[in-house]
Amino acid sequence: MSDAATVSAPAEFEPWKDPQAKPLIRFQNVTKRFGDFTAIDDLTIDIFEKEFFALLGPSGCGKTTMMRMLGGFETQTEGQILIDGQDVAPIPPNKRAVNMMFQSYALFPHLSVAENIAFGLKRDKLPKDQIAARVEEMLSLVQLNKFANRKPHQISGGQRQRVALARSLAKAPKLLLLDEPLGALDKKLRQDTQFELMDIQEQTGTTFVIVTHDQEEAMTVASRIAVMDHGKIIQVDTPAKIYEEPGSIYVADFIGDVNLIEGNVTNSGDDHATISWAEGQQDLIGIAHDEIPAGTSATLAIRPEKVNISTEKPADMTNIVHGKVLDIAYLGNMSTYVIETPTGQHIKAQAANTRRIRRRAITWEQEVWLSFTDTAGVVLTS
Amino acid sequence: MKRFGLISVPYFWLLALFLVPFLIVLKISLSDTALAIPPYTPTLDLSQGWAGFTEWWSGLDMENFTWLTQDDLYWKAYLSSLKIATISTILALLVGFPIAYGMSRAPDDWRPTLMMLIILPFWTSFLIRVYAWKAILSQEGLLNQFLMNIGLIGEPLTILNTNTAVYIGIVYTYLPFMVLPIYSALERLDESLLEAAEDLGCSRMTAFWLVTLPLAKQGIIAGSFLVFIPAMGEFVIPSLLGGSKTLMIGKVLWEEFFSNRDWPVASAVAVILLLILIIPIVLFQRNEEKQREAGK
Repeated sequence: MSDAATVSAPAEFEPWKDPQAKPLIRFQNVTKRFGDFTAIDDLTIDIFEKEFFALLGPSGCGKTTMMRMLGGFETQTEGQILIDGQDVAPIPPNKRAVNMMFQSYALFPHLSVAENIAFGLKRDKLPKDQIAARVEEMLSLVQLNKFANRKPHQISGGQRQRVALARSLAKAPKLLLLDEPLGALDKKLRQDTQFELMDIQEQTGTTFVIVTHDQEEAMTVASRIAVMDHGKIIQVDTPAKIYEEPGSIYVADFIGDVNLIEGNVTNSGDDHATISWAEGQQDLIGIAHDEIPAGTSATLAIRPEKVNISTEKPADMTNIVHGKVLDIAYLGNMSTYVIETPTGQHIKAQAANTRRIRRRAITWEQEVWLSFTDTAGVVLTS
Repeated sequence: MKRFGLISVPYFWLLALFLVPFLIVLKISLSDTALAIPPYTPTLDLSQGWAGFTEWWSGLDMENFTWLTQDDLYWKAYLSSLKIATISTILALLVGFPIAYGMSRAPDDWRPTLMMLIILPFWTSFLIRVYAWKAILSQEGLLNQFLMNIGLIGEPLTILNTNTAVYIGIVYTYLPFMVLPIYSALERLDESLLEAAEDLGCSRMTAFWLVTLPLAKQGIIAGSFLVFIPAMGEFVIPSLLGGSKTLMIGKVLWEEFFSNRDWPVASAVAVILLLILIIPIVLFQRNEEKQREAGK
């Protein structure tokens, strides 16, 4: 109300674009080795306050190690980790304003739901009525008031997950670490819980760092995703950027379904590159922010849902591929068509099933044309 | 039907090997001593039909149980056994818990070896192992020689033939019964629970008190009963390692039976011992049930 004289539209939440913004967490050239094995390899990254940051990667990529270093359960071999500008290396886990939600939930089986939530508050020696009020508040947050006196083994998996979340949020940490928080839930429950997590993150204003191997989950919840592999961060970006403009073949392939068409660059510039990829097929154009020298071998990455499929040759499309239908996968709301080109490559295209199945025009072995715009795909060299 | 058959096997076993002998002992405890074979009356003579049964029935009385309350040897022996069993159980817990804790925290590939070491003593006769303690604890024994050699004591300690030797013997013999249930409780303890406790503000020490110990409770209770129950009626250890002053009900029972050949009184002593032990046995069973429920 005070100095905010000018009312502006709510700005996009993008502190990583602001060079003035101070990061909440800073990894500075952090390396972690277990014996000969390098779990984290010279990693540098900033995470900002109120972010919902996802560490995404296959198992063994170092994402859990990164989280455990933030929690204080592992110490880096080299480099520095700063939380709020402070080097946290000498601070033990019980003295950090960081709480963690464990993959196994790690609920104390001998304590009730309410006692589990109160556990951390009691360690702070808060007055009894204050603890009771906070526990009640947390129970309401995760809608478990009715189950306050149950033991963990008397509630369902989804409820246990919420108790774990409430317990880790009870001390109002600056930073909450979530280790595969939804991994143990079935798919339907997981999707509902993802939205709940986002709501709770917004309500409490806590910075969340989530570790997951489920790319859909990362896409849904995160403000930014770090794709990791072999102890290195391959790309950090918003979910949309990661999906639409992956920086490397690894990321393109890891996130979602993708067609990778290999070829040679014939022409590049003006944010685009052209590749020739097969005899008898016309060249394809895709996005390339950096100029690529002609002759370089490159890969065009294009998502199946961005590829149109038609029975007649479209007139006004930049990229056109000719082939015949090899396979059709019916997914209910859409179908995936696998097209084989005369030179033997397979390209996938997806189309929404707006018509009943019997009235669809395209069938097996049919000659078809695939087409997409010049901004639909990305040309990648690594 | 098949299921019934399967269940009936252990019940039949219990019936034949526990209930029938107990009923025989109970019957003898209600009889009178006699210079005969067997050394008690009455004996059931079914050749006389119903008259034989009523005659046998009228010959039974509670005289021996009354006798147990009149001579103070018996209740003193019961009390002394209770005391020795309790102290031994506490000592076994103090020794056994750290062992179990160490085993549960040991690297995975060490555990079978450590487990083996705990069970290894069972491979030799219990009697021989208790005898070996005589050689260790006696005046010229290994322990005294060692302590005198390193100059810790000038005079040999009198350990053998005292209650101390009995405690050592019981703790040594029953230690595996204490270690194994505690180990099995601690082994199941999820490491991440301790990390969670630390994460929520516990020091390592408080995490131990608030998480490790409560979760090992069932194992501690089970182990304590497994030591306490047999220690209560122990006979071999007090008679080999204990002195003339060591009073235990097992020893009294043995003397009544073999020295005095008073089977009825010996039986009465055994029946009372069993009644005393029923309380901890029932508590033990209840603990096991609770554990099973929590494990679900």
